[in-house]
Amino acid sequence: MTIDVPTTGRSLPQLQPISFIGADGRLTDTPTEGLRIPSDATLTGLYRQMVLVRRFEAQVTHLTRQGRLATYPSAAGQEAAEVGATTALAPNDWLFPTYRDSAALLTRGVPVAEILAAFRGDWHCGFDPHEYHASPAATPLATQTLHATGFAMAAKLKGEDAATLTFLGDGASSEGDTHEAFNFASVWQTPTVFVLQNNQYAISTPLREQTNATMLADRAAGYGMPGLRVDGNDVAAVFAAVAAALARGRNGDGPTLIECLTYRMESHTNSDDPTKYRDAEEVEHWKQFDPIDRLERYLRQTGALDDSTVAEVAEAAETLAASVRDAMNQEAEVDPRELFAHVYATPRAALAEEQQVLEAELAAAGHA
Amino acid sequence: MSVETGTDPVTDSTEVNDETATAASAKGDTAPGTARAPDAGPAPSSVTMTKALNHALRDSLADDDTVLVFGEDVGRLGGVFRVTEGLRAEFGSNRVWDSPLAESGIIGTAIGMAMNGMRPVVEMQFDAYAYPAFEQIVSHVAKMRNRTKGRVSLPITIRIPYAGDIGGVEHHSDSSEAYWTSTPGLTVITPSNPADAYSLLRESIASDDPVVFMEPKSRYWMKETLSLPVSTAPMNRAQVIREGTDATLLAYGPTVRTALDSAEAGAEHGLSIEVIDLRTLSPFDDETVSESVRKTSRAAIIHEAAQFGGYGAEVAARLTERNFPYLSAPILRVAGFDVPYPSPKLEEFYLPTVERVLDALESWDWEL
Repeated sequence: MTIDVPTTGRSLPQLQPISFIGADGRLTDTPTEGLRIPSDATLTGLYRQMVLVRRFEAQVTHLTRQGRLATYPSAAGQEAAEVGATTALAPNDWLFPTYRDSAALLTRGVPVAEILAAFRGDWHCGFDPHEYHASPAATPLATQTLHATGFAMAAKLKGEDAATLTFLGDGASSEGDTHEAFNFASVWQTPTVFVLQNNQYAISTPLREQTNATMLADRAAGYGMPGLRVDGNDVAAVFAAVAAALARGRNGDGPTLIECLTYRMESHTNSDDPTKYRDAEEVEHWKQFDPIDRLERYLRQTGALDDSTVAEVAEAAETLAASVRDAMNQEAEVDPRELFAHVYATPRAALAEEQQVLEAELAAAGHA
Repeated sequence: MSVETGTDPVTDSTEVNDETATAASAKGDTAPGTARAPDAGPAPSSVTMTKALNHALRDSLADDDTVLVFGEDVGRLGGVFRVTEGLRAEFGSNRVWDSPLAESGIIGTAIGMAMNGMRPVVEMQFDAYAYPAFEQIVSHVAKMRNRTKGRVSLPITIRIPYAGDIGGVEHHSDSSEAYWTSTPGLTVITPSNPADAYSLLRESIASDDPVVFMEPKSRYWMKETLSLPVSTAPMNRAQVIREGTDATLLAYGPTVRTALDSAEAGAEHGLSIEVIDLRTLSPFDDETVSESVRKTSRAAIIHEAAQFGGYGAEVAARLTERNFPYLSAPILRVAGFDVPYPSPKLEEFYLPTVERVLDALESWDWEL
């Protein structure tokens, strides 16, 4: 006689990453676990947004080197994961990004100056989360995965037709909060999609020193939720996988973990020195998996993209870059008095006293 | 994870607690600001602090659909201290439920729920078991409102049973208040009696600011004759609970009893001692406390937490800064020793006692 336990219901992700469009721009014959390639119209929209996002990242990185921003973590190379996942969100869904997900916020419609306020040093969060259904970008690793889970739990309790999506990285996968979020979300069956961008590095630490697992998506099985590994540089695969997972969640079938295999082409931030931990050949190797090149090739084959559209998108990207420069070249107004304005809903006498100290200092220094 | 020694050893000391509780209740009847029963309330009965807290949770759940109660063992069991007893049965498992055993997960998901319009009331089973949630509390609960310029408030109440004198094994008797009071953005409240426990918890749950609500475990079984619901002095205000002219004793939570007993003992030596129950540790009620200290010219603060860098250090410093010309003697701290909280057989030597308080009073030069 053996202990009476269920012996079915556990499934591991397929080893081969789900991919529709290969690095050569041709359709792959990879099994796709029932997912279907998005329409050409959808893919054209994703192409356009990826081009915009890449130009945005390059421009902001450049402005940071010029000293216009305090720091900037670029997601260059990860456009397919950023754009594919975020585009799959419905307006009512909520996005829970990290500091490397400015591209996702841009895709969500947050204005450039409001995204970059934190990196320019104006205020810790520059936008209204309720307006864009996007939480402030989390800087402490993996903490936002729990916020996404709790938000989705409330949506479920209220009967809202909404799901949440949170990004995390291979480094954050080692944090305890990631484990807790996977577990809470699965136990509570919340409509949450965890998009794990495995970009191979946590600052300088390579994946092989982060985990001994064959793949991070395998973890999902341990929490009793579905896990998928996708080619994170194939925006068609990312979009299809995330859209299906969001639909699953909204349908009451709980959370999903999606590991997107990708590569961080830029340094961690402008103050990083990647030559100390990876060689140029590796970066070159990953360039052949570029998410934009392959989609352009594919859409030219299907006839959905031609020279004039490509040129139009490139022009739109330059217009965006110009708007980024304009926004960052304007000096933001910061008001020192605002230090005290938002800490508490209930005013505090002691804080009012401290504000008077600052007012006196400002007056003495000749500030208006 | 939690060693539930809290329940059994405490039963042994219930007699003692009942005794002191009766004394407190007798004094409380004549103290200013004592619980006022509403005009047509139910007949007064003997109520423990756990019962009062339970009643407050029940009334908050009944009054506001967005109030949710979750945490470790708070559902079926009703909490290891039975503070949430019966709530799951009454309100259902969509309002009151057992979470997985992970404190960061509890706080992190509460944040997400609060962002989505809920008022979570969560329990950290024991003081030291709140530490895994430290990052979520300090980096997000405390800062979200400021980070988002007031656009996202987190009306979360974090209940933490704290302090010792219950014969608890290691990690079940910490006084962690200074960690929370030194974090801008948090309101920190601790009741010392059943009436305040009810009234302050109701106010905490209704507050748009996040509240760390610290429940003194050794007072859980203290009884008081009162009618619930009850409305005591508002949160954020300290209260003079015994008037005197020679010195002021400041206390909160578990040491209010010690302060009252010390005042009684002092009276036998001809000293008229005023006792203030701080009730809210952050914000600090400068007005009420300074007024008393200016009147008596001497003050000491009593707490169980270790002395160095403790809450008493802040209180002594700010009272000295504000009231130095009125003081006849240095403000003293009567606290736990600067050692880790001891094992049950040694805690009586650690905790601040009436004798230690009286010794401190004797150390002053009373000729001044």
